[in-house]
Amino acid sequence: MNINQRIFLQFGICIIIFGLIGILINNLTINLVRTGLGFNFSWLFKPASFALAEHPLPYTSSDSYVWALFIGWLNSLKVIFSSLILATFLGTLIGFARTGKNSLLGLISAGYITIIRQTPLLLQLMFWYFVGFLGLKDNMFIQIKNIFNISNQGIEFSGLTFSSEFLALLLGLSIFTSAYIAEVIRGGILSVSRGQWEAFRSLGLSERQGLIRIVIPQALPAIIPGLTSQYLNLAKNSTLAIAVGYSDIYAINDTIINQTGRSIECFIILLVSFLILNLLITNTMEIINRLILKSRKYS
Amino acid sequence: MRRLVSGIVGLAALLTGCATTNQDNSSRLNLIKNRNELICGVSGKIPGFSFLKSDGSYQGLDVDICKAFAAAIIGDSERIQYRPLTAAERFTAIKTGEIDLLSRNTTFTLSRDSLGGNGLTFAPVVFHDGQGLMVKKDSKISNLKDLANKSICVGSGTTTEQNINDAFESISLPYTPIKYQDLNQVVAGYLQGRCSAMTSDRSQLAAARSGFKNPKEHIILDDVLSKEPLAPASDGQDQKLADAMRWVIFSLISAEEQGITKSNIDEKVQIAKNNPQLKPLRRFLGIDGGLGEKIGLSNDFVVKVISSTGNYGEIYERHLGQNSEVPIPRGQNELYNNGGVHISPPFN
Repeated sequence: MNINQRIFLQFGICIIIFGLIGILINNLTINLVRTGLGFNFSWLFKPASFALAEHPLPYTSSDSYVWALFIGWLNSLKVIFSSLILATFLGTLIGFARTGKNSLLGLISAGYITIIRQTPLLLQLMFWYFVGFLGLKDNMFIQIKNIFNISNQGIEFSGLTFSSEFLALLLGLSIFTSAYIAEVIRGGILSVSRGQWEAFRSLGLSERQGLIRIVIPQALPAIIPGLTSQYLNLAKNSTLAIAVGYSDIYAINDTIINQTGRSIECFIILLVSFLILNLLITNTMEIINRLILKSRKYS
Repeated sequence: MRRLVSGIVGLAALLTGCATTNQDNSSRLNLIKNRNELICGVSGKIPGFSFLKSDGSYQGLDVDICKAFAAAIIGDSERIQYRPLTAAERFTAIKTGEIDLLSRNTTFTLSRDSLGGNGLTFAPVVFHDGQGLMVKKDSKISNLKDLANKSICVGSGTTTEQNINDAFESISLPYTPIKYQDLNQVVAGYLQGRCSAMTSDRSQLAAARSGFKNPKEHIILDDVLSKEPLAPASDGQDQKLADAMRWVIFSLISAEEQGITKSNIDEKVQIAKNNPQLKPLRRFLGIDGGLGEKIGLSNDFVVKVISSTGNYGEIYERHLGQNSEVPIPRGQNELYNNGGVHISPPFN
């Protein structure tokens, strides 16, 4: 195939791709007009007229749809970032336990990973919510003089309240993701060659010192990309909030679609807000990755 | 290379071809007839209205309405594909054409009925309901005001969610809505004690309570928060299908008024055939007048409907009557001449 033919072929493929996209958009607009659902975003500024159980910022039912969506996005962010931290912490602990020398700990963590990874997340969320939190009867736990209260309404800790819905989602997402993160960590540690272990031992470093100063810095570049994709999964999995009654952006979108009938606009909004969120996560992780690589170069 | 180009052109023509057939404005009524099967959207989770029985069949008032439509359009009340839908999915399912029509506890409202809103059109009301609240008997809650600052379990994406909000807003008291996607979760949340009350249509509360371990420990408050006229719906752009649906429902009501039942329909047809002076009956049963044709159905569609499902009263008695699993007093759902609100315009 000579250069002209290749250019022609590539040009042809471009035409096909653009043609297909054009046809799809054309189809969509025709069908939208046909069903009387032309694109329109003006409804966003009308009052939402539904209440929300959780809102980090002031919200009443006379606020606009766009504000309700923003509150939903904040609720999503809240649960995503807190489970991200908890999952990383748990995952790291389990990952180390799995690779460590203690065979009992290794066995327990292997069992944990197996059970968590073989069952669907939705099921686990329902379990944590309906069995875990709602199963709590009042007075089941000792309440320490209005400082720390646990009931099926949630946890109250010195003035701060966390609802059962939030906690079930937080726990469910963190535990589910931690099992995957543990495997990513284990993979990273195993990627460091045995020679490195033998080398630090022969230099007289203790196991802990060697792990922290020799193994982990070399394992991190292998861990970060895997970790990033687990974080992205976590963010997307958070939309299962609707199953446990937590008002995240997806649940609020669901209500709005029903009230306004603007499903396509709502899905575009949902798409864009997740895109922003996930780009944020990816870019932050990319920066961390670069910093790690840089620090290795100069050390 | 030439083959590639002609391939592209062919493919493009094919795809644009699809786009143009999509623009075709022919009614879904013909589509249903050609398919010889009705795709009916139901809930599948509400005893008495649409509920999946242990043998895998759907039963209930909403299901019988689907059967009446199938009998009228196709002539066979069993040629139905049921699609269980959540409250949030139901309107999109109509607009995308995934289902032909919806018979699923849907409240008839202006926003849903209008082209500027959800773009649907509603058939006549098949069940007049109202939103209520259920609480535990020992909770000492007796009206809406007692629920201030308490949690209430609500189904998300329903008129219920909006009504409870309006009710609390009008008395300027705060409350916490705990929203779940479907009724089973609302029930679970309420029974587990997450909420002090659950709210839904009173019929659904009664249906849910019938499945509780101790139904007597729960009471439905006297507060009625809204009118909830439940009606089947279809795409608002499709006048032909809407006409057919409207008159199928009216035929059920009219048949009850005239005392025409599943068991005496054949007899009534004979009477009508033998007595040319019984003009209204002859028109109703399709012997004279050609009324069915005007709405795209066969002239004897009423006979097909009544012989497969019976009249409105029979359907009600079967699923919600005193001897059914979910007894709900008929009240507003009686015919107009019995103190209720169901009435049919004349078949002329």
